[in-house]
Amino acid sequence: MSRRPFAAKIVTANCLRSGEAVWLTADDRWSPDMADAELIEDEAVADDRLLFALAQGDRVVGAYLADARPGRDGPEPVHFREAFRTRGPSNHVHGKQERRV
Amino acid sequence: MYTYTDFDESVVRARVAQFRGQVARRLDGSLTEDEFKPLRLMNGLYLQLHAYMLRVAVPYGTLSARQMRALAAIARRWDKGYGHFTTRQNIQFNWPRLEDVPDMLDALADVGMHAIQTSGNTIRNVTADPFAGAAADEIADPRPVAELLRQWSTDHPEFQFLPRKFKIAITGSPHDRAVTRAHDIGLRMVRRDGAAGFEVLVGGGLGRTPMLGRVLRDVLPEADLLPYVEAIVGVYNLLGRRDNKYKARIKIAVHEHGIAEISRLVEERFAALRSAWGGADRAHLARIAAQFAPPPWRNGPTLAHDAALADPAYRAWAETNLSPHRRADHAIVTVSLKAPGATPGDATADQMDALADIADAWSHGELRITPRQNVVLPHVHKGDLSAVHAALTAAGLAADNAGLVSDIVACPGMDYCALATARSIPVAQEIATRFAALRLEHEIGPLEIKISGCINACAHHHVGHIGILGLDRAGTESYQITLGGDATETATLGARTGPGFAADEIVPAVERIVRAYLALRQGPDETFLAAYRRLGPAPFKAALYEEAQSDAA
Repeated sequence: MSRRPFAAKIVTANCLRSGEAVWLTADDRWSPDMADAELIEDEAVADDRLLFALAQGDRVVGAYLADARPGRDGPEPVHFREAFRTRGPSNHVHGKQERRV
Repeated sequence: MYTYTDFDESVVRARVAQFRGQVARRLDGSLTEDEFKPLRLMNGLYLQLHAYMLRVAVPYGTLSARQMRALAAIARRWDKGYGHFTTRQNIQFNWPRLEDVPDMLDALADVGMHAIQTSGNTIRNVTADPFAGAAADEIADPRPVAELLRQWSTDHPEFQFLPRKFKIAITGSPHDRAVTRAHDIGLRMVRRDGAAGFEVLVGGGLGRTPMLGRVLRDVLPEADLLPYVEAIVGVYNLLGRRDNKYKARIKIAVHEHGIAEISRLVEERFAALRSAWGGADRAHLARIAAQFAPPPWRNGPTLAHDAALADPAYRAWAETNLSPHRRADHAIVTVSLKAPGATPGDATADQMDALADIADAWSHGELRITPRQNVVLPHVHKGDLSAVHAALTAAGLAADNAGLVSDIVACPGMDYCALATARSIPVAQEIATRFAALRLEHEIGPLEIKISGCINACAHHHVGHIGILGLDRAGTESYQITLGGDATETATLGARTGPGFAADEIVPAVERIVRAYLALRQGPDETFLAAYRRLGPAPFKAALYEEAQSDAA
């Protein structure tokens, strides 16, 4: 039985106070910008980082691992749901995209 | 309209104070998220994709102008200047910060509103006919009973941990505008031998396993309503499955045990409960009913309406957005929140204020929220309609499309919701914009499109004439179509047409269905649903799939 190769991951969650989507950085911060996230290429490291994130319950809610790939400025989302989390809704310029305009 | 008693007020204030303490303890680290989550859900607070979301109950869809202004003020102060009205007659605020929510709840309590039991495995906001107390076809106003049910179910100690959520809908009209057959309990007023009673439906629900409610009692005397409903929920509380979330609703219990067995258990429990109630609810209902007395009707000439019909814009609006009132010189006005290209169900704070002002001036200060995500001015004298239309036009609220193809019901979908598998709002916006550009809407006539962004079916897509379900197919958004659904007293679940459509294919697909209908109908009087029932799915499937193939070839 061959195992599927491990797909690169990031750790993401929502900020406890604002509910905004945040990503775990290599230096243990939570950034509102996915490009700052630590891209994790190793499954054991991913599990370890997720455990770290789950212990940060006083700052974030609902931490999980999501697929990501390297991009020009940093990690980028693979799935459309994760892409929406980096922007905000499509019907109003609200959320993260609001600060970019 | 109902006003809180001192007891209502103290219950709601106490709950806000409790939640304020819970939020403080969550923020200072004394409560974990696992401990806090059930507490916030009991108060309608969700965490979604981009932010928290507060769901506020609009009891049986009735709002006073004062309450609508309070919602506008909350939207401005603690949200982003708008709110989203839902198919369960609630309003959702999409951007609150956790620490602000107790203040929002206090602001709601100031006007007799709350967010209690708008989430969780409890009895949710009781929904009702949005035309209640106004409709020409109504037997009696169902809202006193709905308010009684609200009071009875709020913090009911036996029903705080049901197997799953529990939804009740009630109507006093033979024409069902409350989707009663898609609720855990549906109550439909009937008159038998001069006395009002209820047909009691049980086990309806959409979602993953859509089912229509079954008749549990043909005619339940009104006096027995509360003990009987308590018997149903009590039986469900014991019988409902707690081993599998997807099989926990009462519809599954009805399906697995059969309606006869459910009926036997309910009648047995009812027999035990009925005497225990001792009639206290009857006296209380009489006090509630007094608060729903009709407003002092205005008398006067209706000439302004007849004169305004010469204006084509007014005439088009009057043809689609007015419904018969119990008084011949009044009308029920549906205010469409579906201007083509707008987000279905969204209203800005300015629009909410405008609606409140219009209601105060011309509708006895009353407003309703509909299960189709629109707003209703229930009591407008016909002589005032042209003034109402002018005021709605000024507020951007005069879309003349109630019940037409662009009056689309859509859940928030993956633009907001953490459970969604695809977006629904942009699909609704594109379909509405497309048909507005074609200028065919009024020719097409009544046609209900409902779009859900996941199988939980918040937009009731199974009972849309055209239902659309957004799914994630191998990492892309894909849309499945159902046809022939019906949300009314002739409720029907739509049938799936076949393979789904990609996001850029769904609008042309819907257009092919509608064009097939226009080509096949016997005349303008044969509605889409009537044509579908006469012809069956075959010609529509052919239009959907065979034309798509020939286009691609």
